Amino acid sequence: MGANEFAKLPHIGESLKRKEDVRFLTGVGNYTDDVNQANQKYAVFVRSPHAHARIKGIDTAEAAAMPGVAAIFSGKDIEGKMGGLPCGWLISNPDGSPMKEPMHPILAIGKVRYVGDHVAMVVADTLAQAKDAAEAVVVDYEELAAVIDMRTASKGPALHDEAPDNHCYKWTLGDKAAVEAAFANAAHVTKLDITNNRLIPNAIEPRAANASYNRATDEYVLYVSNQNPHVERLLMTAFVLGLPEHKVRVIAPDVGGGFGSKIFLYAEDVALTWAAKQLNCAIKWTAERSESFVSDAHGRDHITHAEMAMDKDGKFLAMRVHTDANLGSYLSTFASSVPTILYGTLLAGQYATPQIYVEVDGWFTSTAPVDAYRGAGRPEATYVVERLVTRCAWDMGLSQDEIRKRNFITSFPYQTPVALQYDTGDYHACMNDAQKLADVAGYAARKQASEARGLKRGMGYSSYIEACGLAPSNIAGALGARAGLFEAGEVRVHPTGSVTVFTGSHSHGQGHETTFAQLVAARLGLNPEQVDIVHGDTGRVPFGMGTYGSRSLSVGGTAIMKALDKIEAKAKKIAAHLMEASDADIEFANGEFTVKGTDKKIPFAQVALTAYVPHNYPLDKLEPGLNETAFYDPTNFTFPAGTYICEVEVDPATGVVRVDRFTAVDDFGVIINPMIVEGQVHGGLVQGMGQALMEHGVYDPDSGQLLTGSYMDYTMPRAHDFPEFRLGHVCTPCTHNPIGSKGCGEAGAIGSPPAVINAVLDALKPLGVTELDMPATPHRVWQAIQNAKA
Amino acid sequence: MKVELKVNGKAVSADVPPNTLLVQFIREHLRLTGTHVGCDTAQCGACTVIANGSAIKSCNVLAAQMQGAEVTTIEGLAAADGTLHPMQAAFKECHGLQCGYCTPGMVMSSVDLLARHPQASEAEIRALLDGNLCRCTGYQNIVKAVQTAQKTMAA
Repeated sequence: MGANEFAKLPHIGESLKRKEDVRFLTGVGNYTDDVNQANQKYAVFVRSPHAHARIKGIDTAEAAAMPGVAAIFSGKDIEGKMGGLPCGWLISNPDGSPMKEPMHPILAIGKVRYVGDHVAMVVADTLAQAKDAAEAVVVDYEELAAVIDMRTASKGPALHDEAPDNHCYKWTLGDKAAVEAAFANAAHVTKLDITNNRLIPNAIEPRAANASYNRATDEYVLYVSNQNPHVERLLMTAFVLGLPEHKVRVIAPDVGGGFGSKIFLYAEDVALTWAAKQLNCAIKWTAERSESFVSDAHGRDHITHAEMAMDKDGKFLAMRVHTDANLGSYLSTFASSVPTILYGTLLAGQYATPQIYVEVDGWFTSTAPVDAYRGAGRPEATYVVERLVTRCAWDMGLSQDEIRKRNFITSFPYQTPVALQYDTGDYHACMNDAQKLADVAGYAARKQASEARGLKRGMGYSSYIEACGLAPSNIAGALGARAGLFEAGEVRVHPTGSVTVFTGSHSHGQGHETTFAQLVAARLGLNPEQVDIVHGDTGRVPFGMGTYGSRSLSVGGTAIMKALDKIEAKAKKIAAHLMEASDADIEFANGEFTVKGTDKKIPFAQVALTAYVPHNYPLDKLEPGLNETAFYDPTNFTFPAGTYICEVEVDPATGVVRVDRFTAVDDFGVIINPMIVEGQVHGGLVQGMGQALMEHGVYDPDSGQLLTGSYMDYTMPRAHDFPEFRLGHVCTPCTHNPIGSKGCGEAGAIGSPPAVINAVLDALKPLGVTELDMPATPHRVWQAIQNAKA
Repeated sequence: MKVELKVNGKAVSADVPPNTLLVQFIREHLRLTGTHVGCDTAQCGACTVIANGSAIKSCNVLAAQMQGAEVTTIEGLAAADGTLHPMQAAFKECHGLQCGYCTPGMVMSSVDLLARHPQASEAEIRALLDGNLCRCTGYQNIVKAVQTAQKTMAA
């Protein structure tokens, strides 16, 4: 079945209300902290108060004697007994040597390397007892200088012996010589220095885990707030604890948001699982918010210099980029791939730039590990490209839309100079629709009205692209991935014709229980109520690579489609037998099997029942039952793209920026549930605009203390910060999956930051402001205005 | 110490340490886990319940302070037969929730919001939701849900 045929099925394109909502709305969701197991104790982690220090000793005597304390574990208890947290992607230097990959211990061994580093785990009968005892653990630290600014990291003290200059890797992509030649012949070169601010993901459900061990069966169960339980199990059993994989069941039940931060295998999950056997009990841990701030993997944190070479008409000839990427103190699960594979490959954007060369230096600093956060590399790339393109427009005396239109890719498939091949898209259509929806024609009048009120109005464009649906496993493997990137799905048709689907994708807000049910119902001619979706449990789902990179529908959904193909093929044989026809003459549509050229028909439910009550059944040729599993490995990435237009008003007296309008036109390919897709866009937009205007993870440059360690200091977007958004859709179906879907989860966060900052800079142009870094807080904007006056 | 109060119309009592927070009392003693904890500074609102007619953050008040109070949690909002409260129904109708974690607090705050400001404008609704964080929805559909409930509850 092709995408065009699929898109016409019933329930496809229907804004069905979500099946999962009632449990969340009535308080009976089941999040990890809601789970309690028999014989359960509580863990509290003793964390480093220093950014960088040598551990001279740990005295647990007083703490261990306190009431209810079962055990206190520190580095010496685990040293040599387990591995460190693995990094899932090997990046190589230009000379072929591997990145520096220092040990990431489960509990600190010898040294701590960031504020919040896990030093010891206290296990006690109650949470209060564990907290009290954690306070009584005495750690003797010899403080060392912190390494906070990656630009001077090479001169700081080494965090790891393996990386004396704190340099993890240099990575390059593109034809450097061809780029140099193009720059030499350019009519104009536009240059830009920008910072992509550090973000702290802040899913509202803090990370949590609850591990138990059964001595009789030697089995472990780990409940954990996580986006990919099979990967969590694989990494933990194979790389850290050396446990038999089949003895560990990982359950990620209802998960309260992830945004990337719950992809990773964290030390706490491992420590709990290991200690559950040592103490023969269940152990529960839930992060406090202040703990999440210091210990969840952070996002972004790049410093970039970018240049574009153009001809006299503003046509792009070549682009070159250098980026310093802050990786934090240790390599988190996918840390190495985010500023490289997921970043450098996106630098073509929507433009037919013939040559691109990018160099990335990855640095260790004494800050929390940095890893994927909503968009993961693509927002950083989009911010570089879209800020640079707008600057190019202004340098060349062109409008922001004109320079984009002159350079858009118009012919597909399109091979970029940075490894990716875009299968399809219509960038002019997104631009044109966005301009209409944003009422660009009425902008001049709005600007005049703002001026009359003493305010500066500006408009900013961003035409983003992203690569989703990670990925062909063999290509990812060639690029250093240490895991496969397929997805699995099992379709279990029950005797009475209802269906349970087991998917390796994981929903933590994305509404898979509804969207996937619509997909299955459409294919089998059922009501979506007859289809249930199971996910997040290694004990029930065959396998799974999980949810990240906007891959669930295009990869996980396609695995289900493949399983449905098998279901349909087998069901046709059963139907043929029942109707005494040849297999080749059976057609299936709208839940009915028919014999071509006759009026014979039987419903799907009858075939299902026959499969399980095989009295009149071709038992010599066909097994009973109707239950099929499929694994799907994509042949290419998918390429959602769109144009966003932001309009802001800036008060020059106070520096306050107000987003007045925001228009987003996206091409996600075929959409199953528009309501859910629009919800994904809304959330992404606010995270992106939060980055542009409010959010910033800041460490004190000397002490290395996290200065933004609570909601009192880290500014989270609230309901009154942004206006209602205008959304539009263009559809060019993805050419290489049967759904035609491209992915929608991250687009908003990828496309919006440059649109906002371009708008603010557009507003401030008359005041002479040309530079502004995110977040554009009132203080920063006001300061930029003052600096321009001086 | 002994704490006695009414939760969702039912008299409850328990012996708890004096430093027990209301949210701990609700989640751990009553096992009503619909009320969530999202922060430790009373900033996120995931723990919002209605106590004596006012929305409060249950992470920010001791169970002992609730002696004799009438508390409604998210579990007590729907009718006994399971019919959703108009606010719950509106959140479903408008896709005002995604991961569901902030949702109980958001719904309880919204119920209180309309009880106090039945005519609130969109801008006022946005301002009055200041005490509740949501990381998934971008708030747009939450605001629509409150506006929808405003209409159904007035009808």
